[in-house]
Amino acid sequence: MIKNISNLGDAALYCDFGNEVNKSINSQVIKYFKTIKEKKFEGINNLTPSYNKLIISYDLKKTNFKEVKNYVENINPEDSIDINSKKLEIPVCCHENFSMDIKRLEEILKLSREKILENFLNKEYFCYMTGFIAGMPFLGDLDENMRAQRLETPRVKVPKGSVALTEQFANIYSFESPGGWNILGNTPLGIFDSSKEDKPNLINPGDTVIFKEISLDQYKNYNE
Amino acid sequence: MSNNYLDIIRPGINTTFQDKGRDHLYHIGIPFSGAMDNRNYMIANKLVNNNLDSAVIEFAYQGPHIKYSGENINFAVTGDVIFSIKKKDTEIEGKCYESYEIENGDEINIISTNKSVYGYLALGGELDLRFQWNSCSINTKANIGSNDGKKLDVGQRINLKKINSNKDIKKTNYINTKIENIRVIKGTNFKYFSEEGKKIFYEKEFTVSKLSDRMGMRLEGAKIDNIVNTNIKSEGLIKGVIQVPADGNLIIMLSDHGTIGGYPKIGVVASVDYDRLVQMSPGSKIKFKEINLTDAETLFKLYEMETQNLLSQI
Repeated sequence: MIKNISNLGDAALYCDFGNEVNKSINSQVIKYFKTIKEKKFEGINNLTPSYNKLIISYDLKKTNFKEVKNYVENINPEDSIDINSKKLEIPVCCHENFSMDIKRLEEILKLSREKILENFLNKEYFCYMTGFIAGMPFLGDLDENMRAQRLETPRVKVPKGSVALTEQFANIYSFESPGGWNILGNTPLGIFDSSKEDKPNLINPGDTVIFKEISLDQYKNYNE
Repeated sequence: MSNNYLDIIRPGINTTFQDKGRDHLYHIGIPFSGAMDNRNYMIANKLVNNNLDSAVIEFAYQGPHIKYSGENINFAVTGDVIFSIKKKDTEIEGKCYESYEIENGDEINIISTNKSVYGYLALGGELDLRFQWNSCSINTKANIGSNDGKKLDVGQRINLKKINSNKDIKKTNYINTKIENIRVIKGTNFKYFSEEGKKIFYEKEFTVSKLSDRMGMRLEGAKIDNIVNTNIKSEGLIKGVIQVPADGNLIIMLSDHGTIGGYPKIGVVASVDYDRLVQMSPGSKIKFKEINLTDAETLFKLYEMETQNLLSQI
């Protein structure tokens, strides 16, 4: 449940669900997100669910903090809302052409390349949120022994499709962007497609993702 | 094929099509975008008898040089902009906040914005642009919107779908006021900063850095010390949020911002000052002044009334 509602500036509500990051708190966030999105309250123009916060932006010309807060406080998110929407398999190639940070990960995690891949692949990860750049999924949780900090100096350009790790999370760069996560591989799959306006994101909050390894040849032939 | 079109002789530095932007997409990672200076955007449309939410050409610093072909059309430029209009044998200096009628072969040369960043060029008609999520606004980082999500390029041709039959010439005496104090509301991580850091935030002057664009404005000046944690668990952002990364320098989120961020938020720019904030060019000095939520709401209401008033007089 929402622990506290405050204002983020004069045109957004900051709904705090706690400080922990786990599936149960995040599911609450997503339930609220889906319920409010469904109801289309006049003036609300954006919703951003994250691990344990929900930010509700509104048009100050149409409503204000007090009205939106009052509205959100009186919402009962329906339990029937389905959170686990989809289960997806994501092909990932971890050939040295793509795994730009494997050496760094081997050093930090004190694990061999084989062990790192074994720990990462073929496991279910939960999509907590999408964003930063369009379509980027934030997936978790990685095993305890797989958690590394982000790069001290972020890369100016991370290649599109990069599958990368930081702390207990994995993500996929939906297009080329600056970024500081540890890159482990690359997927040939399109993660974001702006031509599909009703569902541009392949992966959405609440989805489950499993990474399956493919070879360099399979990667090259994937989109043919 | 359209018989009315613009040819881009010189695109300018960062010239894009913008309208009111797109909403309800933060959760998939897409920001509002839209015209940076909303007031000047709407005035531009009003001056050429367009709907207020029509697409315009937004430029930053150096603007485009355009050649027009087709039947007569009105255009207007808003902002603080130096531009000229080239007719067959003459070239005249253009004035902002006035509409002009141009004819086949005329050229509009937008030389630069003056001590500001953004300017707007509106044409009396409808540009033939692709809409994505109900908006033609170009987001160059995600390649979303019209023109394949890319800024305008040399040699490009832009067609007009329609020309307004109402060609009344309009004029207004608007002056862009500059402000030194940007009003802010305390951020959700205000407590993360040292007493000294909070004092610096409200008392010292910051300088707008060259590393500023439609995504964000970076500030230079005294560093703000974090005493709790230089990272937070990533969460949503909105435009106007002032983040403080580990290096202690301020970054303000602007219209094309990343939708999620993991740096503590020290403050949020009040909506009333957003249009003027985005017009502060590199080297400008900014001082922040704290206001509470109620005052911010009242000030925005007044600002909005003033905008409506300005528009109704055109």
